[in-house]
Amino acid sequence: MSTILNVSPSPHTYSRETTKKLMYNVVIALLPALFTSVFYFGMGALIVTAVAVASCIVFEYLIQRFILNKPVSIDDGSAVVTGLLLAFNLPSNIPVHLVIIGSFVAIGIAKMTFGGLGNNPFNPALVGRVFMLISFPVEMTTWPVPSGLKTGYTDAVTGATPLALIKEGIKNGEPVSQLLKEMPTPAQMFLGNMGGSMGEVAAAALIAGFIYLLIKKVISWHIPISVIGSIALFTTILWLINPEKNADPMFHILTGGVLLGAIYMATDYVTSPMVPKAMIIYGCGIGIITALIRVFGAYPEGVSFAILIMNAFVPLMNTYIKPRRFGEEVKNG
Amino acid sequence: MLKSFPAGGVHPAENKLTAGNPIEYLPVPPSVTIPVSQHIGAPATPLVAKGDKVKTGQLIAAGKGYVSSNIHSSVSGTVNKLDHVIDGTGFRQPALFIDTEGDDWVDTIDRSADIIRDITISREEIIRKCQEAGIVGLGGATFPSHVKLSVPSGKKCSLLIINGVECEPWLTSDHRLMLERGEEVLIGATILMKALGTDRALVGIENNKPDAILHLKELSSGFKGITVHPLKVKYPQGAEKQLIKALTGREVPSGHLPIDVGVVVHNIGTALAVYEAVQKNKPLFERVVTIAGKSLPRPGNFVVRTGTPIIRLIEAAGGMPEDTGKIINGGPMMGKAVYNTDVPVVKGMSGVILIPMSESSRKEVKPCIRCAKCVTVCPLGLEPYLLMTLSLKGLFERAEKERITDCMECGSCSYTCPAYRPLLDYIRLGKSTVTRLSREKNLK
Repeated sequence: MSTILNVSPSPHTYSRETTKKLMYNVVIALLPALFTSVFYFGMGALIVTAVAVASCIVFEYLIQRFILNKPVSIDDGSAVVTGLLLAFNLPSNIPVHLVIIGSFVAIGIAKMTFGGLGNNPFNPALVGRVFMLISFPVEMTTWPVPSGLKTGYTDAVTGATPLALIKEGIKNGEPVSQLLKEMPTPAQMFLGNMGGSMGEVAAAALIAGFIYLLIKKVISWHIPISVIGSIALFTTILWLINPEKNADPMFHILTGGVLLGAIYMATDYVTSPMVPKAMIIYGCGIGIITALIRVFGAYPEGVSFAILIMNAFVPLMNTYIKPRRFGEEVKNG
Repeated sequence: MLKSFPAGGVHPAENKLTAGNPIEYLPVPPSVTIPVSQHIGAPATPLVAKGDKVKTGQLIAAGKGYVSSNIHSSVSGTVNKLDHVIDGTGFRQPALFIDTEGDDWVDTIDRSADIIRDITISREEIIRKCQEAGIVGLGGATFPSHVKLSVPSGKKCSLLIINGVECEPWLTSDHRLMLERGEEVLIGATILMKALGTDRALVGIENNKPDAILHLKELSSGFKGITVHPLKVKYPQGAEKQLIKALTGREVPSGHLPIDVGVVVHNIGTALAVYEAVQKNKPLFERVVTIAGKSLPRPGNFVVRTGTPIIRLIEAAGGMPEDTGKIINGGPMMGKAVYNTDVPVVKGMSGVILIPMSESSRKEVKPCIRCAKCVTVCPLGLEPYLLMTLSLKGLFERAEKERITDCMECGSCSYTCPAYRPLLDYIRLGKSTVTRLSREKNLK
């Protein structure tokens, strides 16, 4: 026998999961939300998404190829996910050149400066989004009002988000029950018929994606449920204390970026903890900070800041929160 | 809900191609190469020299010390030489090369087909017979059985577990034994119970072997104290501590042995070998080996004499396919890749798996995306990604604190990693370094 055999340590078989498949599953899970936003916001949504995804890919390629001189790995799909998530955080009528700047910050600064995929401490799409929010506050908070299928890019009627309206109203001393009458109904909010960034508005589509991700075992329930649960709990307490000064928990969960953030941004593998126990602490932290910013802070919306703040605690949690070791604390009856 | 161990685990493609193939006898090969170390512990000392005539079942190398095992000739013939061989684990070790002449068994072995149910000998005699017959754990660990059967003073065994899990993909030798030699296996279990001084035994079988579960359940009604338990299919349920947890809920503390929670685990094949040793006077010189592979023409389960080069087995299965890229001694999760086809079958070899060239190479390693899948699947609650990083960076003290030595090398982490990171390779490196460093520290 002259056959030369391969020799390597075990295991000799592998699951079929790959980084690429995981990333493209996230893309698939985001498609219903993309369709919904195109339906409500028209071509603008599509243009913003296409520009964000394309520029994220191009920036990652250019940096890997010409600055890092490393093998190019844009086919792993992580830049596509970053682009999509960034776009979903923007108003659909934002000028294109701002989208490109946001993508550059997301990929170039938040991701590649740390060494690329797997090394960034903060969620790149959120860093891009927060950078844009601080640098271009007017463009970033001028939300188009949904009006069915539109073809134009800038012909939208603009208005504020429900969260901003409520915040403004409460500040002016108007009772919440009065304010809510002018708001979209929970059913409208659930289907996405309200002002807001592209990915914020389609609760039903986002939840459909969540179910898909759970079935495909791309993410576990720990982070999304603890984020949503803690926001619900916190806002329920405030609402019970004074329903005229605080919006109900349903309103808080269906508006703003809670669902997008809880399901797709907080669960970003690289910037979230490794152990279920820590995932729950991390999720609750995001929920509580979000609610604090919304109720007591200057901004009407706080999910992005909450996630970025909790991102900073992830290395600490990974160091000190350990899984339950087998045979560690033994109780044998 | 079927029982299983609670934390971690994976479910690789089962590929139990040979589950329906009855056990066949592989013809006695023209020559055998019998390594003197087929067990955990000290290698055996050869008792024969070049030119000596030996009979099938004759003691040819004696266990050296307590934790060691006797080696018996698997053929009759002439000792050709005492030389070295590279065995199925990749180590070079002394071996006896014997040229076969006929098949003349030692007279004391009962070769009849009668099944003897009455156990007439005492506890001590059972253990002595197991030691004489060179019985070792046939699940793959090859720990000398007489050591496991001698319950240390101050400890008590309240339960025997017979391991019929066979959680490794491809392997079906235990499955076939349960179906074809079920009664003898259960008599073997009864003998083990007597040796351990317990009146209770559980047989754990994964639910992908419904015929074996049914068969042993029927048979077990005729045996006192033995019950059969179906288990959910999950790798690595055949690992001792995981199986104990699944069946009893008891958790063996880190660094301790099953006997510390009152349990001893023996494999199906071991139970049969114990039956044969005690009731039939037959030492351990042959075992059932599964030979399988995707493009192998005639995969099957064969009774093979120890020392038989695996090429004989491959030929019996229809010859080596052109596209063979890797041959594994054992299952694909924990088995070892062999260097060539002259490697001899030994007591601990449960299967020979041929992997096609296209699936035999490692894939390109990608960056860790911290998906935490390795943490989720680790049955011991370790953090493989972290242990790999610590090993890579040489931070062995921290690795020790993170309990790297708890790792049993089941391979679930490497199996599941979507970035194809060689997690287990680096954990092995870290484990061996930590063990070496602590040994050096103790010497000082």
